[in-house]
Amino acid sequence: MSAGLVLAGASYRYAGALGAALAAVDLRLEPGRVVGVAGANESGKSTLCLVVAGLAPSVIGGRLDGSVRIDGVETAATRPHELAQRCGLLFQNASTQLSNTTATVLEEVAFGPCNLGLPAAEVVERVWWALRAVGIEPLAPRDPARLSGGQGQLVALASVLALRPSYLVLDEPTSELDPAGTRLVAEALARIAGETGAGILLVEHKTEVLAHIADDVVVLERGTVALSGPAAEVLADPRLVELGVEPPAQVRLERAVRAAGLEWSAALAEAIE
Amino acid sequence: MTAAGSPAGSAAWGSTAAVPSIELEVVSFAYPDGTRALSDVGLRIEAGESVAIVGQNGSGKSTLVRHLNGLLRPTAGRVLLDGRDVRRIHVARLAGLVGLAFQNPDRQLFASRVSAEVAFGPRNLGIRGPELDERVQAALADTGLGAEAATNPYDLGYSRRKLLALASVLAMRTPILVLDEPTTGQDARGVARVRDVVARAAGEGRTVIAISHDMRFVAESFRRVVVMREGRVVLAGAPDVVFGEAAWPELGAAYLEPPLAAVAGARLGLGATPTESAFVTAVGRRRGGATAGGAGAE
Ligand SMILES: Nc1ncnc2c1ncn2[C@@H]1O[C@H](COP(=O)(O)OP(=O)(O)OP(=O)(O)O)[C@@H](O)[C@H]1O
Ligand SMILES: Nc1ncnc2c1ncn2[C@@H]1O[C@H](COP(=O)(O)OP(=O)(O)OP(=O)(O)O)[C@@H](O)[C@H]1O
Ligand SMILES: [Mg+2]
Ligand SMILES: [Mg+2]
Repeated sequence: MSAGLVLAGASYRYAGALGAALAAVDLRLEPGRVVGVAGANESGKSTLCLVVAGLAPSVIGGRLDGSVRIDGVETAATRPHELAQRCGLLFQNASTQLSNTTATVLEEVAFGPCNLGLPAAEVVERVWWALRAVGIEPLAPRDPARLSGGQGQLVALASVLALRPSYLVLDEPTSELDPAGTRLVAEALARIAGETGAGILLVEHKTEVLAHIADDVVVLERGTVALSGPAAEVLADPRLVELGVEPPAQVRLERAVRAAGLEWSAALAEAIE
Repeated sequence: MTAAGSPAGSAAWGSTAAVPSIELEVVSFAYPDGTRALSDVGLRIEAGESVAIVGQNGSGKSTLVRHLNGLLRPTAGRVLLDGRDVRRIHVARLAGLVGLAFQNPDRQLFASRVSAEVAFGPRNLGIRGPELDERVQAALADTGLGAEAATNPYDLGYSRRKLLALASVLAMRTPILVLDEPTTGQDARGVARVRDVVARAAGEGRTVIAISHDMRFVAESFRRVVVMREGRVVLAGAPDVVFGEAAWPELGAAYLEPPLAAVAGARLGLGATPTESAFVTAVGRRRGGATAGGAGAE
């Protein structure tokens, strides 16, 4: 049985939709690796997350062709409860992630692990580990429905981390975070991949984050894989801009200087390190 | 209704005379559960200014802007528009003065058709008939949603729901436009659209206030940057000042980072280069003026 999350020729069409939102996607996520997903708006990033996490089609309907396997087992043949332990999904809109049944952030983050039927001591350990990982221990006693946008996003992320799934599928987890929070989360994810062997699929518009922690990057264009390969190569690919993706600031600055007919010197390269 | 009287709406705000100034006088605010979100905030925004508000998560940015349209009322202190306490301004009139696009579009959107969503605000301002249609069309065009008029907002992806929330506020053509994290989830094209919206509104003399964590967008699109930390305004000034080297310690204390262009410019001793184009210009100047490729042509 081969470890890894593997899509082979995966195509998906939403129920009632005319065209396919994903078409013949091949993708491989190994344990302990971070694969970044970039792409213009509406290119299929969130759809890919739903398919990878097994929600599409089993929960939301629609039609899936091709194969989606987690550690050798087709997700279509996996029960939802089991799937949740293998693959944790963070939705793009963090507020839809909240259970709306808990009074405190602590209980909110404990909600998932409790549902897995874990012993209380382990639930508690996981909850504090997750809160610490994203730097929100002080929010533990707060009402999860009465937080700022970024705080809510961190709570949603902690809730998914606390499930300790083999694979994490994170749909724009830093979109509402401040620069320091973005850095903290990026470093936490890199550490989780390195230390626990979790495989992470990370959708991001902030290509600096991908440059920092992704091993590979996949760029989607209208539901198909337009570019894929090692992060540094893909993020410096000149086609990125046409695909609607903003290259990392380092790449942009170098291009802007060269485009002005100026030499890109070693001193300049050093200044953007 | 102020905005309703003019045929093209925005034309009424072509002169800044009709745009009220904003003043927060030692405003403090605590939520009902006791969470203190603003402490003694003093801030004045002149008519026609473009201002970005930045700050750590939870520093009080959204809470502050919700005071501008009366969604929240200060626990202490006053919020004044042209010297008048917003408590004394009728809600309907306030709605015509200050348009706020929410951080979370799902808390703002409720209609079952995109066009109805966008028409809701101006209709409440008393706009009807061809002018209403024109406003809806224009707002949808400005946000790239022209083809989605008949779509259910919940069938749009997140980034387009965010643009729809923006369109709904644009259609009200308020003299004060407040955008809570308008670029969240937007790709390069989406960010460019938002930048255009800000530039156009500012060009018309309207006041534009946006909250953002995207320092590049902030440096490129706004004349003044207000930095918040733990419910207070701790720094304010033009982008080259706020992102300039002298302000970095303060910025760092607020858990913020200047854009890379500013950092690189400072490291090279090029002076304040808050934007990428300012950086390129400065590099060109250093290399002996605007010799090549129009680097100095800014
Ligand atoms: N529930 C749905 N029903 C039908 N079509 C959908 C649905 N959700 C998304 N789509 C369509 O599928 C395509 C891909 O959308 P998706 O949300 O996956 O893109 P995305 O890359 O995540 O975009 P964004 O950057 O806006 O988050 C789009 O054409 C979109 O309109
Ligand atoms: N409805 C609420 N009830 C109680 N406290 C709240 C509520 N909304 C926000 N807060 C708290 O008020 C403080 C300021 O929140 P606010 O939403 O203004 O922050 P923000 O600067 O907009 O943050 P972000 O960048 O994350 O959106 C935070 O401590 C937050 O937890
Ligand atoms: Mg998406
Ligand atoms: Mg906010």
